[in-house]
Amino acid sequence: MSGLVTILRRDLALASRRGSEASLALLFFVLGTVLFPLGIGPDPNMLARAGAGLLWVMALLASLLSIEKLFQADWEDGSLDLLVLSGLPLAGIVLAKTAAHWLVTGLPMAIASPLLALLLNVDAKGVAALSLALLLGTPTLSLIGAVGAALTVGARRGGVLLTLLVLPLYIPVLIFGAGAAESAVAAQGARAHLLVLAAFLLAALPLCPWAAGAALRQSVE
Amino acid sequence: MHRFANPNRFLRLAAAIVPWSAAATVLLFGVGLTYALVLSPPDYQQSETVRIMYVHVPAAWMAMGAYAFLALASAVAIVWRHPLADLAAKACAPIGAGFTAIALVTGALWGQPTWGTWWVWDARLTSVLILLFLYLGYMALWNAFDDQSRGARAAGILALVGVVNLPIIKFSVDWWNTLHQPASITRIGTPAIHPAMLTPLLLMAAAYVAFFVTLLLLRTRAEIAARRVRTLQIAHSRGPAAAAMHEPGYS
Repeated sequence: MSGLVTILRRDLALASRRGSEASLALLFFVLGTVLFPLGIGPDPNMLARAGAGLLWVMALLASLLSIEKLFQADWEDGSLDLLVLSGLPLAGIVLAKTAAHWLVTGLPMAIASPLLALLLNVDAKGVAALSLALLLGTPTLSLIGAVGAALTVGARRGGVLLTLLVLPLYIPVLIFGAGAAESAVAAQGARAHLLVLAAFLLAALPLCPWAAGAALRQSVE
Repeated sequence: MHRFANPNRFLRLAAAIVPWSAAATVLLFGVGLTYALVLSPPDYQQSETVRIMYVHVPAAWMAMGAYAFLALASAVAIVWRHPLADLAAKACAPIGAGFTAIALVTGALWGQPTWGTWWVWDARLTSVLILLFLYLGYMALWNAFDDQSRGARAAGILALVGVVNLPIIKFSVDWWNTLHQPASITRIGTPAIHPAMLTPLLLMAAAYVAFFVTLLLLRTRAEIAARRVRTLQIAHSRGPAAAAMHEPGYS
């Protein structure tokens, strides 16, 4: 257990010292969102209608952008071999690294989302549901992304490949995440959508680290 | 399980099956298409467009069936390090992707006159589109590594992860009440489809299965041959003596 906490603290320390890289995902999330009113026009009604979906798509892309490096840097400098040889359970290593990834990308995005939702004129009833949905959904994105990142460690054109592998698996999270804000605005309550998102997270928590661990093991063989 | 890992035994088995399955494919497609496109009655609501169903529905079934085979072969390859299962899975992926594409295209052709649109973002259609992406991702991952066995194992894990999509496709029409009609063939109780339409549909399904088996065996055979060629090339580059030594091997 202490070994896994060490990995988590190491990844967080690496992220904080490399500053720009960690905030890159959040910056991408904010800047990309700001582009949409410029691209599709500033009509408040249209933005209110599309806002939640736009924020979710941006969260997906930002998560994808940052997950590529989850194991790549460790693989390149050889520390991945040491991690695998350390005797810690591989699924635990994946879980610790994914938790660190979520803390520096997903969590800031969820925290920043109410402000961006206000900029996009999303109805006040939807803002809370949107942030809560992001809070529940982004860890699932990090977990699914970790599987893709582990599979593409050392691959040629890994980034493009990762997009092809991971985006289809992100789609269910996107559907229910965006649906949460939409049904909250429509006064139907976001409870059902949030519960489905929680179910996704609970299913991904044991399954994704396990699959990613298997992928990591064969990557260092 | 390892009885079938011997490529020579597999090749003998394939050579025995392929002529029969190829003949069955031609025969079943001949009878099935004639029955479906000429002899079967037009639907009272959809008139002649219903005939698209005879191509569309079995293709959709086989798209899922091929993925189930792909995942099963991948599981066998990962658990038992079964080299032939890896090659069979690799051979299966483009066939499955082809079936998925046929299902999507014929679905669009049928949707245009019936629903009035080529495409809707309904749960069934979207999940089948995801299936196509999974097939493409599997094939891309296979070829993304310099070390082929690495690519095979990575792709195998992806195939197993993607299995979550199969029940989503199957139950999408029950869980979400959207445009695509719910299952009507396997409904228990009153028959939902008239025998005059069920018979050609089942004939076409059998034709697709025979077609799948034939293509799978041919493609697996080609994969084995390609692997032999590569082994020989590597051996040859090390000198003719080494080549002679490696002649019977294949991996």
